[in-house]
Amino acid sequence: MSLKAESLEPTTIMTTFFTPLTVLVAAMFAVAPILVVGAPYESSMGLVQKIFYFHFPAWMAMFAATAVCGVASARVLFMGRKESDATALAAAELVVVFGLIGLITGPLWGRKAWGVWWSWDARGTSALVLWLVFVSYLLLRRFGGPGSERLSAAVGLFGMFNAPFVYWSVNLWRTLHPKTSVVPSLPVAMGVPLWFSTVAFLGLFMLLLAMRTRLERRRAELDSLHLALDD
Amino acid sequence: MQLLETIWLVMRKDLLIEFRSREIVYTTLFFAVSVMLVFSFSFVREGVAVEGAAPGILWVAVAFSGTLALGRAFERERQNETLRGLLMSPAERPALYLGKLAGIMLLLIAVEVVAVPLVAFMFQAPLFRYPALMAALLLTGTLGFAAVGTLFAAMLVRTRSRDVLLPLLLYPITVPVVIAGVRGTAALLQTTPDLPMARAWLSMLVFFDVVFVTLALWTFEAVMTE
Repeated sequence: MSLKAESLEPTTIMTTFFTPLTVLVAAMFAVAPILVVGAPYESSMGLVQKIFYFHFPAWMAMFAATAVCGVASARVLFMGRKESDATALAAAELVVVFGLIGLITGPLWGRKAWGVWWSWDARGTSALVLWLVFVSYLLLRRFGGPGSERLSAAVGLFGMFNAPFVYWSVNLWRTLHPKTSVVPSLPVAMGVPLWFSTVAFLGLFMLLLAMRTRLERRRAELDSLHLALDD
Repeated sequence: MQLLETIWLVMRKDLLIEFRSREIVYTTLFFAVSVMLVFSFSFVREGVAVEGAAPGILWVAVAFSGTLALGRAFERERQNETLRGLLMSPAERPALYLGKLAGIMLLLIAVEVVAVPLVAFMFQAPLFRYPALMAALLLTGTLGFAAVGTLFAAMLVRTRSRDVLLPLLLYPITVPVVIAGVRGTAALLQTTPDLPMARAWLSMLVFFDVVFVTLALWTFEAVMTE
């Protein structure tokens, strides 16, 4: 079995932009705290509200990861693209990581701001359920044995399609309680650090996705080389 | 039609095997009863069920027994490698999936036929006040649960740790079904029944069923081939 150098390191859009993006994201993360400190205090919650600048971007990154995982899973299942499997796995792991950040910052904020750790509100509960879907994706990959790539792709695809239903059902369930729409009504001074943080987190997400995907592709390549050697 | 004939043959095979031993239907039925009993100890206070506990208990019993029935039904296929036999036949994949789904649906409906009167009896819940809506909620909810469950159970047949992975994968995806089923049933059981709300939940269940049966039909072949 001959190894072509190109097969080990394909040049993609991500490889050319990787270094500039790393520099940009690092700079944004360095600047963001300054913007956050400079943002005005929210009237009722004071300093505690500033955890929002981590909470909201983490959720945005999680939803981006969900979409990437769903699309990559579809490519694995319907187009037979084995390379997309690495992307799907990387995206699923990032759903769990960014989701965990959101799930920890949420109760921390809620406890201080509204006195309860968890209030079963529509957004939080839907996000928790979606997070659980992708935790189950990872458990299937880990404990499912050989052949679980296709099966977990089905879970990823179902998870992506399930997201609107989860939100719809949980939202309808909780219609009695007022919906909290914090983002559109924020004063402009708060909006700038918020969107800056969100872009920074999304940049971080893309970097982590690229690195993890590349790692997973190399691991899969190594596995197949081991198997070829055993024959 | 070739498709309908295959669906009927697959369903008939499953029902015939089940009818001879009646293993799954008896065990699942009594499992549903035990689940409801265990939940009763949690939610019955001084002889009266906590407000709104009855729909929750009913749907939890359906979900838990459904998972058990799915596991058992496909375990049977695995033991004799009959699923591989089915896949090697020239039968169309969608027909195989639909045939299995129909078999599972009938099994779950058999369980619900016993579970629903039992919940009404144990918790004095007026579940038969609006029989058409109640039946519609149960059917669409069971279909949604069974549609995703049949696909997942089939794809996990040759997987390690399949017994614990099936509920782990199934429950988060079927959360909308459980919410809609419980809230829809609760809307019917309220002191002043909220019929428009029950219909809203029913329409969500129908929507869910359409989307996920379609999705399952699309992915069945891709997931079952090696």
